[in-house]
Amino acid sequence: MDITIHTTVLPHDDPDASLAFYRDVLGFEVRSDVGQGRMRWITVGPVGQVGTSILLAPPAADPGITEDERRTIAEMMAKGTYGWILLATHDLDGVFEKVSAGDAEIVQEPTDQPYGIRDCAFRDPAGNMVRIQEVG
Amino acid sequence: MCQPSWGRARVEAQRLSDLARLRRVRDRIDREYGRPLDIEVLARAANLPAAPLGRQFLLAYGLAPYAYLMTRRIEHATALLRRGDLSVAEVCSAVGGPSLDTFRTCFTERVGVSPDVYRQRAIGAAADVPSVRNGEAPLTGPRLA
Repeated sequence: MDITIHTTVLPHDDPDASLAFYRDVLGFEVRSDVGQGRMRWITVGPVGQVGTSILLAPPAADPGITEDERRTIAEMMAKGTYGWILLATHDLDGVFEKVSAGDAEIVQEPTDQPYGIRDCAFRDPAGNMVRIQEVG
Repeated sequence: MCQPSWGRARVEAQRLSDLARLRRVRDRIDREYGRPLDIEVLARAANLPAAPLGRQFLLAYGLAPYAYLMTRRIEHATALLRRGDLSVAEVCSAVGGPSLDTFRTCFTERVGVSPDVYRQRAIGAAADVPSVRNGEAPLTGPRLA
């Protein structure tokens, strides 16, 4: 079978703020932007890697989600315990410098982890953890 | 005329903003656990008195800020001890202490064995020693008994 991971989904609570982070700070390109107001589905991805995308989507838009569940998801996003993603780069220090200059919330400066990797971490504007790992 | 739904929306927006503030406190603990951190320092940065910060953090995350900080320190300590090339005192200092005695006590409470015993067992049989995150290790795990 020929299967790849194509798109992963992260929630936003302010589409313009999330778009600004992924496009202007991380340098991703915008591949589509549909919907309006808070109900926007925005596909972004790294330039030159059309096979990999992140879909920034409104959380709890599914009509099968109850009001209590919707509130819980919103609270978990605010608490920073809901969405997260692992990215990778060959130039961790360069990426860290660029992202921290973009006024993002820093969770962890570049660190050699005892389990053998080197990584750093940020919050995106919706509270999602964006962890970036260095690859050789 | 003020609609009840506006009031509810305002309360909910305030609650999310309060939670985001707690998230920044927790992220700071994750970022600076190796430095001297206490509730007063965290509270000042969060612009909240210490007692309400402690209560709100406990409600949001299930642990008081200091307990969360020590959990993070012990978690990183288990990873460092498993490497086997650092002494217990060096590990204690690397994860922000606070003092060797307090570190030993907290470690033993959470992991079930002292850091010295944990280190010896890790050197002897790395695969058999559980890593510890958020106090999940049983107090007397079968592999450590």
